[in-house]
Amino acid sequence: MADALALANPPAGAIPVPPRVRLPLSEPALVRGLLLAIALAFLGLFLVLPLIVVFAEAFSQGVRVYFAALTEPEALAAIRLTVLIAAICVPLNTAFGLAAAWAITKFEFPGKSLLLTLIDLPFSVSPVVAGLVYVLLFGLQGLFGTWLVEHGIKIIFAVPGIALATLFVTLPFVARELIPLMDSQGTTQEEAAIVLGANGWQTFLRVTLPNIKWGLLYGVLLCNGRAIGEFGAVAVVSGHIIGLTDTMPLHIEILYNDYAFAASFAVASLLTLMALVTLAMKTILEWRLGRAAATHVH
Amino acid sequence: MGTTSAIARLRGTKRRVLPGFGLSLGFTLTYLGFIVLIPLAVLFAQAAGAGGARFLSELTNPRTLAAFRVSFETAFLAAAVNVVFGLLIAWVLVRYPFPGRRFVDALIDLPFGLPTAVAGISLTTLYSSTGWIGAPLASLHIHVAFTRLGILVALVFVGLPFVVRTVEPVLRDFDRELEDAAALLGASRAHILARVILPPLVPALLTGFTLAFARAIGEYGSVIFIAGNMPGLTEILPLLIIIKLEQFDYAGATVIAALMLIASFLLLLAINLLQGWMRRRRGG
Repeated sequence: MADALALANPPAGAIPVPPRVRLPLSEPALVRGLLLAIALAFLGLFLVLPLIVVFAEAFSQGVRVYFAALTEPEALAAIRLTVLIAAICVPLNTAFGLAAAWAITKFEFPGKSLLLTLIDLPFSVSPVVAGLVYVLLFGLQGLFGTWLVEHGIKIIFAVPGIALATLFVTLPFVARELIPLMDSQGTTQEEAAIVLGANGWQTFLRVTLPNIKWGLLYGVLLCNGRAIGEFGAVAVVSGHIIGLTDTMPLHIEILYNDYAFAASFAVASLLTLMALVTLAMKTILEWRLGRAAATHVH
Repeated sequence: MGTTSAIARLRGTKRRVLPGFGLSLGFTLTYLGFIVLIPLAVLFAQAAGAGGARFLSELTNPRTLAAFRVSFETAFLAAAVNVVFGLLIAWVLVRYPFPGRRFVDALIDLPFGLPTAVAGISLTTLYSSTGWIGAPLASLHIHVAFTRLGILVALVFVGLPFVVRTVEPVLRDFDRELEDAAALLGASRAHILARVILPPLVPALLTGFTLAFARAIGEYGSVIFIAGNMPGLTEILPLLIIIKLEQFDYAGATVIAALMLIASFLLLLAINLLQGWMRRRRGG
């Protein structure tokens, strides 16, 4: 018995070191290099080159053409309308996201998973269909078309229609960010605040909001990016009235179809910059959220 | 101590502890109803009102049928391409440390954030016969822009993050001791990849596929510039809806939209089931 133990536990150097066996725990270096090269080539081809093309084309006619394209009245009108649409849609959908997340994560009620699916619905509906539903409601031949005409209210081919279509497609963003976050945080802190005598709004503002601020900011950024960049839904309801119902993405389309490529890409470069800023913020926020979660766990 | 037990007591009547249930749920349902549910219900009512004959005539119209085929086939192919390259990219990002990995990881989400019209004109310029990629391909007699291949390129672009972002976390959580065990038991690397690593990824891959497929069917902005939009050849369903609207064929547009919505609902159902499957596999 003692011998067996001694054999199993020999003093160092007593037996020769066994030949090192390489376990197949990773691919051979050649395969790794090849896979990495294919992945990076694919990403370069599909993600990096399109980005470079936007800026190369935007400045292809020189800096003066670039800035002229951004400061002509129609471009300015498109930028103003786009900002207006985002200013309408982002706060409304943020309020919706907060309310939905509060109801879903702080309470139990039947039909919750159905509600979650319904909130996700706009993500799986084609943007063109999202625009179409409002044409069917408020267009000339629509359900309320005659009534709207009699009362002189214009929704389709006007700003309200663009806002509605944008609300539809950007509805889930804030809610989708907040629901998993608030779900993981539970209700203990809010319950403690209430038991200690805080009222509902105090609890929300002082306890919940600080806990979710980064996730909320990210949801708002995503919602804003989509509201500014939405094309299909807006194309259906806008009517392409230049200077009036022309958002930035629609303006890009009009310029491109007129073969004003440099001008078209100049406007596109603004939207690309916005997308890149959103992406950078996302990376920074993930880093912060990761750290917040890490410090939260201890 | 007193607080804790008070909370414990209140937990039993969870619904009453925190305020704002009626307000938040009421606002949520009203808002969702007015913006999404009622408009969609109206679309279905209008489609039903159009009648079975209208559905039948639309479904036997060669142009509509061709658009259905173009949209569904290209979306399916694009999602399949995304599964292959999405898996490869997720694998490389999780397993192979390389300089600039965080930058590449951040870049994956670009198609989520880049407005579709921008992606559309950019890809079209890139793949047209005078473009940086299109010109060399054209000399090989491969034409991408204004063909179905162009639609495929645009749909691969928009769908890529769906697969990478569903597979990546599963791969990251993967218990590498299983690989060690398989290796110690004498399995070859190829055997380990196929029999140990791939099976747990299947639900995530299927989810990513379905998400990319669903998105690709409805995609409009990035496709219409590069597609060429030839009726019967490179005309996608969303574009056909817009064309019918411009021709004041509201019934035709509504019928196609209703069919697309039904497809979306079925895919949404599939995604929910798949995600349930994923959660069970990751939990168990």
